[in-house]
Amino acid sequence: MRIRCPYCGERDNGEFTYLGDAGGARPDGMGTDAAAMHDYVYLRDNRAGVHRELWYHGAGCRSWLVVTRDTRTHEISDVTSAREAGLARRNSGTTSGEAA
Amino acid sequence: MHYSVFSVLAQALRGQRDWKPQWRDAAPKPEYDVVIVGGGGHGLATAYYLAKEHGITNVAVVEKNHVGSGNVGRNTTIVRSNYLLPGNIPFYEHSMKLWEGLEQDINYNAMVSQRGVLNLFHSDAQRDSYARRGNAMRMAGIDAELLDREGVRGMVPFIDFDNARFPVKGGLLQRRGGTVRHDAVAWGYARAASDRGVDIIQNCAVTGIRRENGRVTGVETSRGFIKAKKVALSVAGSSSLLAAMVDMRLPIESHVLQAFVSEGIKPLIDCVMTFGAGHFYVSQSDKGGLVFGGDIDGYNSYAQRGNLATIEDVMEGGMALWPGLGRLRLLRHWGGIMDMSMDGSPIIDRTDIGGLYLNAGWCYGGFKATPAAGFCFAHTIARDEAHPHSAAYRLDRFATGHVIDEKGMGAQPNLH
Amino acid sequence: MSTLTLKRAETQAPLARSDNPAQPFRVAGGLVDRTRPLSFRFDGRALTGFPGDTLASALLANGVRLVGRSFKYHRPRGILSAGSEEPNAIVELRTGARREPNTRATVAELYDGLEASSQNRWPSLAFDALGVNALAAPIFAAGFYYKTFMWPAAFWEKLYEPMIRRAAGLGRAANAPDPDHYDRMFAHCDVLVIGGGPAGLSAALAAGRMGARVILVDEDSRPGGRLLAERREIDGRPAADWAAQALAELASMPEVRILPRTTLFGVYDHGSYGAVERVSDHLAVPPAHTPRQRLWRIAAKRAVLAAGAIERPHVFGGNDRPGVMLAGAVRTYLNRFGVLPGKRIAVLTSSDDGWRTAADVLAAGGTVAAVIDTRPSVPAELRRPVEAAGGRVLTGSFVSGTKGHLALSAIEVSDASGRFDQIACDCLAMANGWNPIVHLDSHLSRRPVWREDIHAFVPGTLPSGMTAAGSAAGDFALADCLSGGARAGQEAAATCGFDGAAAPAPQTDPESVSHTPLWRAPRTKGKAFADFQNDVAVSDIELAHREGFRAVELLKRYTTLGMATDQGKTSNLAGLSIMAELTGQPIPSVGTTVFRPPYTPIAIGAFAGHHRGKEFRATRHVPSHAWAEENGCVFVETGLWLRPAYFPRKGEADWMESVNREVDTVRAKVGVCDVTTLGKVDIQGKDALAFIERVTANPFGTLAIGKARYAILLREDGFVLDDGTVARMSDSHYVMTCSTANAARVMQHLEYARQWLWPELDVQIVSISEQWAQYAVAGPRARDTLKGVIDPGFDISNEAFPFLACADVTVGGGIPARLFRISFSGELAYEIAVPAAYGDAAWRAIMAAGTPYGITAYGSEALSVMRIEKGHAAGAEINGQTTARDIGLGGMLAKKKDYVGRLMKERAALTDPQRPILVGFKPVDASQRLRAGSHFLGVGETPSLAADQGYLTSVAYSPSLKSWIGIGLIRGGTERHGERVRAYDPVRGGDVEVEICSPVFVDPKEEKLRV
Repeated sequence: MRIRCPYCGERDNGEFTYLGDAGGARPDGMGTDAAAMHDYVYLRDNRAGVHRELWYHGAGCRSWLVVTRDTRTHEISDVTSAREAGLARRNSGTTSGEAA
Repeated sequence: MHYSVFSVLAQALRGQRDWKPQWRDAAPKPEYDVVIVGGGGHGLATAYYLAKEHGITNVAVVEKNHVGSGNVGRNTTIVRSNYLLPGNIPFYEHSMKLWEGLEQDINYNAMVSQRGVLNLFHSDAQRDSYARRGNAMRMAGIDAELLDREGVRGMVPFIDFDNARFPVKGGLLQRRGGTVRHDAVAWGYARAASDRGVDIIQNCAVTGIRRENGRVTGVETSRGFIKAKKVALSVAGSSSLLAAMVDMRLPIESHVLQAFVSEGIKPLIDCVMTFGAGHFYVSQSDKGGLVFGGDIDGYNSYAQRGNLATIEDVMEGGMALWPGLGRLRLLRHWGGIMDMSMDGSPIIDRTDIGGLYLNAGWCYGGFKATPAAGFCFAHTIARDEAHPHSAAYRLDRFATGHVIDEKGMGAQPNLH
Repeated sequence: MSTLTLKRAETQAPLARSDNPAQPFRVAGGLVDRTRPLSFRFDGRALTGFPGDTLASALLANGVRLVGRSFKYHRPRGILSAGSEEPNAIVELRTGARREPNTRATVAELYDGLEASSQNRWPSLAFDALGVNALAAPIFAAGFYYKTFMWPAAFWEKLYEPMIRRAAGLGRAANAPDPDHYDRMFAHCDVLVIGGGPAGLSAALAAGRMGARVILVDEDSRPGGRLLAERREIDGRPAADWAAQALAELASMPEVRILPRTTLFGVYDHGSYGAVERVSDHLAVPPAHTPRQRLWRIAAKRAVLAAGAIERPHVFGGNDRPGVMLAGAVRTYLNRFGVLPGKRIAVLTSSDDGWRTAADVLAAGGTVAAVIDTRPSVPAELRRPVEAAGGRVLTGSFVSGTKGHLALSAIEVSDASGRFDQIACDCLAMANGWNPIVHLDSHLSRRPVWREDIHAFVPGTLPSGMTAAGSAAGDFALADCLSGGARAGQEAAATCGFDGAAAPAPQTDPESVSHTPLWRAPRTKGKAFADFQNDVAVSDIELAHREGFRAVELLKRYTTLGMATDQGKTSNLAGLSIMAELTGQPIPSVGTTVFRPPYTPIAIGAFAGHHRGKEFRATRHVPSHAWAEENGCVFVETGLWLRPAYFPRKGEADWMESVNREVDTVRAKVGVCDVTTLGKVDIQGKDALAFIERVTANPFGTLAIGKARYAILLREDGFVLDDGTVARMSDSHYVMTCSTANAARVMQHLEYARQWLWPELDVQIVSISEQWAQYAVAGPRARDTLKGVIDPGFDISNEAFPFLACADVTVGGGIPARLFRISFSGELAYEIAVPAAYGDAAWRAIMAAGTPYGITAYGSEALSVMRIEKGHAAGAEINGQTTARDIGLGGMLAKKKDYVGRLMKERAALTDPQRPILVGFKPVDASQRLRAGSHFLGVGETPSLAADQGYLTSVAYSPSLKSWIGIGLIRGGTERHGERVRAYDPVRGGDVEVEICSPVFVDPKEEKLRV
């Protein structure tokens, strides 16, 4: 598998570590209830198909990336910086699941 | 036909002409008491024990492909009950005991071979953590031995004791652990369940689960609607996809785990051995191939194949531990799709939907659990309550915090 | 219509029988070098061959036809093919530590001194005692073992299984470490061409001429494929000459890399390919500094699959007898190696292709006993030369049986009317069409598709970036291979942005590929094999059908068809076609097996590369490593680190004596320990504090500049991730430390929090673990020692620099350093950090400065003893299963901030008062040893799961207390001080009565810290 890091170019997946679903944003703040946090920590859509997910380029630039990949074929359609995606999410006030 | 040396000899004289299909290739009836989704080891075992232990025989096992086409035929065939945590110990030991009597029970030789499972350790800290596990097993009456370096040398003299980056200091041995011919487990349970009246319906994909008033009423399939009082999901690898049909999200991710087999060679290793300083474990099949594996590739996948980085990692572990492997050849590698749960332990439970039951989240340990998973899941389905041995495998344990995390890795399934 | 030419290419000398008595089957011609005979041994027998030979061609040249025994019935087996698909001729190659079992003689290049032995036979190849298995064949049907060996139950492991295991397997592995080494290469290219036959060479030429970066891999020692094996002409010249010229042109192109002896074994995601290059396998021993094999990981923008095709055997009784060969292989041996595999050769064919074999044999001066064509009629121009040479031609006929003791002596030919005839021959060449090699394109889970017009599976949807050409695409005619290859190469280069048109395709002599396969003989005598190596006969497939194993995967698993070392290259379609006939379905409806990598078996050593022995993983040395080595240190592997464990001195009897001395010295005087392995993270920015507050579980808002504080990090699920310290160096500059084991994981976690969870925070973080050497200086004389190290002008008195102070200082006359007054040992202690490049010098300076005070270096063992004496949690307690409260840190948790893990740690099970909690343990009898991993059990209680109260996490011999001590987790521990329980350790035979106590064994009031 090869992932095109926006900073380093296309690299072998051995340079990256995987975290998982880049779906729901962390429910921040003292007001968050346990059920929302439980869903965030434990539940997954686990789609067979296009999947937005987080990878860490630990053996490269140390960037977290949001990779859009089809879990049936491993085809990658998009790679963006997680920080950029995260900022966009913050600015639009949506959850990370909605901000692409 | 009863299988025995006599029937085999008799058929040898008759040109093998009288053997019948080992299980009936059934067509779906309109209605069943229980429809089990998934004709793998767990689903078939569940059907068998529903019939045998609970007298429930109006049962269908629906399988989208053919019997045993999923993980039961893709794993590395290891059975063991060397668990650490109280939630796991009684369950896996029950499974081991069922393995020990399986062949006589189902009249099918699954080649249960208790050749020993040896987990190597390479540091004092690892020794103490294995001792903790071994002692937990012994407290529960399960066999466990802590071998020192010389004890390990006696069993596997060919591994690297002198030039290792992480020297072998000893090992935790469960002699009752071993291997089982994986396909035979699926076929044996299929035959035994079929003989007790269970319908095994192959090439029948479930496309939907029908509900009315919070209860399931049956399954939509590629061969039509099948009405059912109870529906039991036993589809490790695809659990989330089936759950999504009833709008459930599970604490599960699907990951690919690769497995490997070498060319057949004369007997070389007589136990199952795991490397404690890398991702590598190995045993030898009755046919002579070394069967080995390592870690999951580590990303969500529904494709039954992995990538080179993991393959190299496994082989590196193999060569580091056993440098005599170098000239043996890898014959084939393949991948299976694992239900990776958030604490590394399975789920056998009812769901919030009446009549819908779930057996899922087996990570890469489902094969060894096959008999007990079938036994306990059948109990849950028949009695609507957990069997004591699987009582910890609740779906709500993540909300209550009663996680069963053998490795202490937390809610990141690719670390389990 | 056939226009097959029987005319020999005029540029080639006419072939003649060799009069070489040593190699009675060697004839003139071919590509072997006859000037330099090579000697080799097979089963001890001395034989000769030539450079350019394979072991198989040399054996055939010497008239050796019996080469091995089959897996199950131990039937005599010979050489079927001339390539990597070989199922039968597998041998043990080389001896001693280099012994390679299951080596295909057909691809093993001959070298001088080669030694090979037959395998899976006893006592000898000609007389194999287990040949009796063949007599029991009626019993040993597919899957018979699932039905028996069940009684008595205990006999399986004791008797049946050992017996089966001894009989199973094939060759013997070497019983010593592999003496050779392996290398790994990474390569990138525009166009990867897989296979160097006519299509592959054409593709590489087309792409190369356009300037693309091309890699051409070919599994053979000499690229050319069938061009080397056929008597064909291209542009009026022998095909082999055309191949040589194409290779020469490719070699002259700077952007083209040719990799012969290289098998492209696997296709992986996104244009990743795995290949193995057999660098030295054609030599007796790899030359110095040369690997045996090299694993290539190739990233290619485009790939042209030109892997060729594999010929199909016929299925009839006795089709496995040595002497029965593939017709194309007979041509290969003849045309490429100058070996005529028989004195009287018969051909069984269902295609025009088979007639080519007859023509080549005749042209070489050999004898064609007969050509049996399964088709009702054949064009006269095919028959005529054979009949003219005295050979029989039988059409509408098939072979129904074979004769011969250890090798073929005659075949039995039948026709539809039931007549049969016996024909004497010592070689039968089978032509039954070819199967495109669809393995590689199916590695990415793509299924091949059936083409009825050519009776074969061809690639279906190809993986993105891949095109197929030549016979791999089902184009069997040479002209189509050349033009198709060129087209594919041109297209591939063009999509990579290179310009150029394909050159006109070269001209070939005319040919016919007309073919009507016969899937199995309609009537047959004896076992008719579909899978040779695994002894899967038609009767086994029939039995599988009878018992319901009809889906192709079930058929394969039940009969083991296609699961031998050849992975069914010559057998899969035979199995499918027979099952199709039995079920009355078309072949593609039965299914296609999924081909898995590797294409051919690959040495495990090649995958591992250099990662074995001490080089399995990198070794990290601490900055004081050189000093430690000079001073006789004993090291211990800790992750990738090699950490000093203890420093034995002369006269010390064992490790414990050394460790005790180190502990005593620290507690009484001063010691220094290299703690560089800790994770160190630099955190800076306006929002540094806000960031730290969110990733730590205890409060930091009140942390003053110049102060450090213990830090707890949780995972989001509420369990402890790690612990460490956070020091505030300036207003917006913090340094965090974490444990050695978790350094990488914590850094990844912090980056995750910074980049993904809270990207809006103005904070930068960087790992400085490798940039700073860090040493703990501990003991009552620590301050005195450091005064001799730190530059004058820095006041480190207790008043100016109290417990938990931190500051930037300098050492050695202006070298920047950081000083932290923190303690793991419980003594007056500091940690001093210097830039890593000064690590060695700083260590030596500390040792020198401490010498007047009796300083000792101490290692991880003494460090561990002292932290257990102080009851500090470490890796054994922070094991991912414990909460902060479990390890006695519950009181430190912040209540007024949101942080990672805050909510989930409040779940019922994590706050259950019955959870085991960390306390101390002392043996009631002080002379008794404790062991970590022991479980706690009530005194007098019977061991059971329910009786389990917890376990000892860490133990040490405390020289301060003159007793073993331990810390551990036990239910309700805090309220049970003074109570006695048993530390039960059955796996080591231990059962020690212990008393529950405070986990702080030394200086519980923490007076020593603050002086």
